[in-house]
Formats: sequence, structure tokens, C-alpha cells
Amino acid sequence: MSDMVLEVRGIHTYIGQFHILEGVTFSVPRGSITVLLGRNGAGKTTTLKSIMGMTPPREGRVIFDGQDLVGKPPFQIAKLGIGYVPEHRAIFRELTVAENLQIAERRKGDLAARQDFIFELFPDLKRLYRLAGGKLSGGQQQMLAIARALVPENRLLLIDEPSEGLAPVIIEALMHAIQRLSESATVLLVEQNFRMASRLADRYVIIDDGISVQSGMMADLVNDEATIQRYLGAA
Amino acid sequence: MSGLLSREKRGSLIAIGVILSILLLFSFFTTGDLSLVRTGGISAYLNTINPGDFSITLLSGLLRGMLLFLVAAGLSIVFGLMDVLNFAQGGFFMIGAYIAYELHHTPAIIAAVPDGNLRFLLGALVAIAIGAALGAALERGLLRPLYERPLFQLVITFGVSILILEATKLIWGVSPRSWTTVFGLNEGSFQLFGQQFSVYRLFVIIVGFALIIAVALLLQRTRIGIIIRAGVQDSQMVEALGINVRAVFTAVFTLGCAVAALGGAVAAPFLGASLGLSTEFLLGAVAAVVLGGLGSYEGTAIASLLVGITQAVVAKFGVQYLNQPVWESLSPMILLALVLLLRPSGLFGKE
Repeated sequence: MSDMVLEVRGIHTYIGQFHILEGVTFSVPRGSITVLLGRNGAGKTTTLKSIMGMTPPREGRVIFDGQDLVGKPPFQIAKLGIGYVPEHRAIFRELTVAENLQIAERRKGDLAARQDFIFELFPDLKRLYRLAGGKLSGGQQQMLAIARALVPENRLLLIDEPSEGLAPVIIEALMHAIQRLSESATVLLVEQNFRMASRLADRYVIIDDGISVQSGMMADLVNDEATIQRYLGAA
Repeated sequence: MSGLLSREKRGSLIAIGVILSILLLFSFFTTGDLSLVRTGGISAYLNTINPGDFSITLLSGLLRGMLLFLVAAGLSIVFGLMDVLNFAQGGFFMIGAYIAYELHHTPAIIAAVPDGNLRFLLGALVAIAIGAALGAALERGLLRPLYERPLFQLVITFGVSILILEATKLIWGVSPRSWTTVFGLNEGSFQLFGQQFSVYRLFVIIVGFALIIAVALLLQRTRIGIIIRAGVQDSQMVEALGINVRAVFTAVFTLGCAVAALGGAVAAPFLGASLGLSTEFLLGAVAAVVLGGLGSYEGTAIASLLVGITQAVVAKFGVQYLNQPVWESLSPMILLALVLLLRPSGLFGKE
């Protein structure tokens, strides 16, 4: 196996007639936290959805641990070991916290095996276990959405805007949790909050107008005022 | 199971209680001879109130409600999960009735399976099998390519319902069939306040209740149930978890059609088989699904019973006082209109 978990090579994605991604290329090293940066509407979320097969690319390749994902339906892509935490969380509001986690099992016993780890990361969920997902606060829902992606053994986690709409204290807790879980899985993150992104991620990829324009080590980007200004606006 | 008596739920229960009380009181007090009230004989009127009539009306209502439920259950779960309102559902009910009729009355089959009960069971099983096969073919062949276009799916199911109707006409002609053979299960009857009620009809009510509970348990307690409930909210996310949601769609759709066909089969011994069953039960079931609140299983189950009881009560009143059978078939829509005026999202509906 190469040391790249994921390689995205020149993907072009359309939504209806709109050409959203016009050439996105980057790779994600095993064990890293990589963040996709860029303005609103640059194509970060569509990139994650293209990897998942939810908006399948028309051109290009997405290689996950040696397998080309393009053309596979989302459920098969997920089964290969990719966990997806979409923006706005998409937890099942009518299902209990327990059911939200159970549904993510790919094999019987997945949840039992990971329960301790999940409760250690998110102690709140243990207390809320029998409550309907819709009754949870925004932060708790985000934790549940991440926890759901941790139930099966995923080698790669795609997490879309985890800090969106959350209070600073909760963002802090989430960052800590993402750091912890990155010890066992590679993380590809979309994050608007540059402060959070810069503290969390090892690597970055900037997407601008549907094209990946720059990537590298986060440590180099934080000192590169010109790039930050140019692609991300005021940081 | 969340929030056993939340405010919304309390509202739903109160609404159901009010509707049911009005229906039952109305039904109970109109079994008497109302003309006596006008002439001042209140006590004479009270003496004519007939608890037997009332109980039979109630049982007929439950019976009709169960049959409606068998059509509505598939309609409701399929709509919740796949956003398809399957207009062909009434057609499956009708086919089920014809199949059960045919298997019970064809001389060759009578010769092969002389036992009437067994032949009835055979009819029900064949109805289920054919309903399932046609349902699966419809989903896989016609609906699956159109999931991006819900409106087209609606038109397709409407077209298929016409196709089923015409095919039935071709095979069985236009004249209705009434059930003439006897079988043990259908013969017995029991007395209730001096009125006869057939054991078979009670049997159908019990089977209906058992099915309501079985489906509820399936939805609440099993993994496939969790997947269906999650899929009703967000089927894309379910798929992103690694679940083959399209396969679940096919399974649920198939099951819905099979249950509707079973409904027709169990109804045939007292309703016979006719082309009218198709629209009649589709309309009632659609009314029940909307009345219950789109996408709510418990709502559909309860609303089916309410619609059934409404129809029975109105039918009884119509026969006794109005001599106009039209009110019976209109009553589900009138009930629906009244409830939606007060609760626009139905009994158990979300905003």
C-alpha cells in the first residue's frame, strides 16, 4: 500500500448543467489531517461528495487504497472504509442516539466494539443514548454525526464543516475529539474557520472556483499572508 | 419511542379521541328511531336504540378499516421512503380479489383441492406472490430509472393502475363476481346483542390487527426497520453509511404491493371481485395516508381505522335515513377535509 490513502486526480464534476469542479487534484497521506480550504462555493463540499459518489465525477479518478472509486455507487464506496460526516450533520432526527449509531454498523458487533472509544470521545452521548436525535443541541448533533462515522472501522473520514454554527467552547471540544480520532483514521476535513483548520490540520489543499490551486504543509501556509489573502479572504 | 407524550402527540391523541367519540355517539344514537323524538316520545326513542346494530356497525367499520390499512400501509411507507405515491396500489388490491375468487371457483382447482379453507389459503398465497412479483417488476423496471424525477414516477404509477384495470377487464370481463362457494372459515357466525356477525369477518379484523402490530415491530425493533425509518428522513445519508438503499426501496415496494394483494384476497369472500374495488380502496387509502400525516406509520394505521369506521357509520345512517348511498363513498374525503382544516399536516404529521 502506498502512503497515500486517497488520491484525487483531475476530477470534473457537474451538478445538473453546472460545471462545479473543473480539475481538482490532491492526495491525502495516511494518518494525516488534511483540510480543504477555499471561499464559499469554491467546490469543497462537492469535492467530498464526488469522492463519496454522491455527485459522481464525469472525468478524472479517485483512488482509495489502490481502488478507483469513480462509477461505484455511494454505498459501495462507504463499505470500502470511508466515513462521511456531511455539512448540517444529517443525523436522523426521529431515531434515538442509539439507533443513529446502530444503523451505521456494517457488521454485527461493530458498535459494541467501538462503544467505549466513542463514549470516551463524546461522553455526552452516553447520557443522551435513548433520546431522539432531533432533541439534541447543535453541538451534540455534530458529535453524534462524527460518532456515527466511527462505528464501523473506517480508514478515511470525510468531515464537512464540523464547526459550522457552534459556540467556541464546543468547537474546542470537537477539535480535541478530531485530533484524538485521527490517531486511528485519516481525516479529510472541510473547514471555513481558518483558526480551527490551521491548528488542527497537518496539510492543506486550496480549492478556488472548482480548481485545486495550491497544497502543502499547514505550517507553511499560516505564514503565507499573501496566499491566505488571495484565496481565503481575511483570515 | 421518543418523548412518549410530547405536546404534538397529545394533540394527535385528543384529535383522534374527539373524532372517534363523535362517530361512536352519532352511530349509537342514530340506531334508534329518530322520528319518535319529533313526536315527543323520548323514552320510546331511547327504547328503540339498538346496541346490536351499533356493535355490528362498529365491527363493519373495523373490518373496512383493516382492509384500507392493507392498501394504505404500503402507500404510506413507500411514499415516506421513496417519495412515490403508488397509484397502482388499488389495482393490486383488486387483482388480489380476482385471484382469490378464481382459485376458489375454478372447477379444476376445486377438483384438485377440495378443501375450501385450504383453497382459500392457496388463493391468498398466490395473490401475495403475484402482487409481490408485479410490484418488484414495477419498481425495478419502471420506477428505478426515474428516481431523479418524482413527478414522472407519479404519472407512471397512474398509468400502471390503468393498465392493471384494462388487463383485468380483458381477463375477467366487466361483470363483477360474487363469491358463491362456501368454506368452513366463512360459514360460522356469532351473535352480538341479537345480531349476526360472521366469524370470517372477525378473523379478518384479527389478522389486520396482527399485521398492524407486526409491521410496527418490524419498524421499531429490527435493523431493516431502523433503515426504513432513517430512509424516510434522508435516504442519501443512509446510502452514504454503506447501505444499499435501492435494494431496500425494492423490498419495501414489493412488500407493499404484496400486502395490498393480500387485502384483496381476504376481502373477496364478502366483497366479491369487481373492477370498482381498485379506485374505491385506493381513494380510501389515500385519504387515510393524508389524514394520518404523510410518512407516519402509526398515523396511517389509526387513520385507516377511523376512515373505515366513518364509512360504516355513514353507510348505516344512509341506509336508515337518507336512502342515498353516495355519502358513504364521499365520507372519507369529507372527514379528511374537516381534519385538515384543523390540523393541516394530518393527525401525526410534521410541519
